[in-house]
Amino acid sequence: MSWEEAKDVKIVTKNFGVPDSHKLSVYQQRGGGQAFRKALSLQPAALVDEVKKSNLRGRGGAGFPTGLKWSFIPKGLPKEAPVYLVVNADESEPGTCKDRELLAFDPHLLIEGMLIASYALGCKHAYIYIRGEMMREAEIVEMAIEEAYAAGLLGKDLPAAGGAGTFKLNITLHRGAGAYICGEETGLLNSLEGKRGWPRLKPPFPAVKGLFQAPTVVNNVETLMNIPDIVMRGGEWFANLGMGKSGGTRIVCVSGHVAKPGVFELPMGIPFRSLIYDVCGGIPGGRRLKGLIPGGSSMPPLDASELDVPIEFDALTSDARIKDVELKPGVPYDMGGGKRLKTMAGSGGIVVFDDSTDVVALCARIMKFYAHESCGQCTPCREGSGWLARVCARVARGEGEAGDIDLMANIANGIAGNTICALGEATTWPMLGFLTKFRADFEAKLKLSAKARAA
Amino acid sequence: MPLEFSAQSRARVEKALAQYPNKQAALLPVLHVAQDEFGHLPDEVLELVARTLELAPAHVFGVITFYTMFHREKHGRNELMVCTNVSCMLRGAYDMLHYLEKKLGIKAGETTPDGAFSIVEEECLAACANAPMMICGNQYFLDLTEKKLDTIIDDLRKRWQDRNPAGGAPGGGAATRTLFGIGPLPGAGS
Repeated sequence: MSWEEAKDVKIVTKNFGVPDSHKLSVYQQRGGGQAFRKALSLQPAALVDEVKKSNLRGRGGAGFPTGLKWSFIPKGLPKEAPVYLVVNADESEPGTCKDRELLAFDPHLLIEGMLIASYALGCKHAYIYIRGEMMREAEIVEMAIEEAYAAGLLGKDLPAAGGAGTFKLNITLHRGAGAYICGEETGLLNSLEGKRGWPRLKPPFPAVKGLFQAPTVVNNVETLMNIPDIVMRGGEWFANLGMGKSGGTRIVCVSGHVAKPGVFELPMGIPFRSLIYDVCGGIPGGRRLKGLIPGGSSMPPLDASELDVPIEFDALTSDARIKDVELKPGVPYDMGGGKRLKTMAGSGGIVVFDDSTDVVALCARIMKFYAHESCGQCTPCREGSGWLARVCARVARGEGEAGDIDLMANIANGIAGNTICALGEATTWPMLGFLTKFRADFEAKLKLSAKARAA
Repeated sequence: MPLEFSAQSRARVEKALAQYPNKQAALLPVLHVAQDEFGHLPDEVLELVARTLELAPAHVFGVITFYTMFHREKHGRNELMVCTNVSCMLRGAYDMLHYLEKKLGIKAGETTPDGAFSIVEEECLAACANAPMMICGNQYFLDLTEKKLDTIIDDLRKRWQDRNPAGGAPGGGAATRTLFGIGPLPGAGS
């Protein structure tokens, strides 16, 4: 289906704006709960197949196929063996503000998605890891969980077609305490176990050894909120809504220099140009667009010539209209089967900046963020992110030195591929991306500082 | 006598323990309970938590210092967490931060002498479409302007003074966390 045809489809934001949408009674009045009842009449394996068919891909940032992830849970486990479902609600990727609104507006849609996923996976206890700073959202979700217990949806044996003939789920809300790295799934699991949120080496992957050493699936909030509609309307319907191998709709959070920033559920594949000029009312103040960050601050930016690319997972990693991000010659860099780095759809956090923006200062702020959030476990990221932050900041202040562009590229290339988790890449990608697409801005800053020094 | 939890906190600790297959996993929830009750987490509180969960104090120390929301030192009753990350920066977050610093006479990372306010420069707080913004307790303050900040600070100060008629000694950090009530939800944009 083309994105124009899917324009009005709302899946995860369908209850936005409805008064008291966070209450179970309202959720049920609007048809909520049917998908879970239908799921219980099916076999768990059939549900996994349906999700596979739907082409649903993880909405947390990596875009990994959800059905495939579910199918990695080992088969034939003893009945009493624990399997865990963990919801990643640790939204903290700069530019991303969708999960917070989803949790506040429609917590019961998440709970229903969790019920279905848990039944499909054989999970008896699921955890929601919510970001510590989101106190109000935590209170809303906690209330929703209590409502679901009171209504007998949780904590009670329910008749089911598969498994042992009954299904019972408990859900615990677990609050984080301020650490970006806990959004990385293995860092999250360590944090949930009462440790520092240090990411784990993979393999073993969480599906084999995750929470408390048991098979575990970690899914993003938005990902799970798509599950009830997939069950009700079928995987094929969901796949057809999307584009290529990405099913469904996409939530984008648009911020920065646009007339109407906001969180929008849009058809998969809508081009950036339509998003910015039609949905978000263009760039205010008579200014022109300079560039944008397409999916949270970890992703290499796009410049004004790259706006016609569709917002879809595979397009952003491979579309020929996007320039390759320059990597230092001689340093091998592999991503997605040897493809050169372009960018990624990431978390859907789109940050638009106009031609008045000091791009070097913007990049320096991003580097400061990664230096602050590096967990300190591996050296290339711990030291390298700090070096990048300091060098980039001095260039931004007009105190840069002649070789600073090469120095930053060098440091970035020394981090990528050499760390336990992807925070290393998340630091490297924007650095190299900004250097490639906005090199003239960096050079102009260096010229100014050379002039100031000579004076 | 070693420090103990109040009965109310003890109940919250028991509830947390029931949620996990081992005691260690309850560490973050129990640290939240401890910080709510004692305001911050100095050595004696750290030891109480370690004792409660049968963990090495060194492990608890490592965890407390890893997470930015846990404080070893006293913090102000109203912790103003101002986001300055990209989306907010593009819409004037640093102007807001500096305005607050000037207004309260402290820098980010400091607490006013009366213990009423702390300012924290925060990373992205997931309200990018309503930048610039800040959090205080469970309240989000969105689309900030200098004028809005004036009103917010006056309101928070009045509420703080009502609770501390004598200008009382600042203690717990939990004060702003009990104001729950679902007010207007954030704008959905569409």
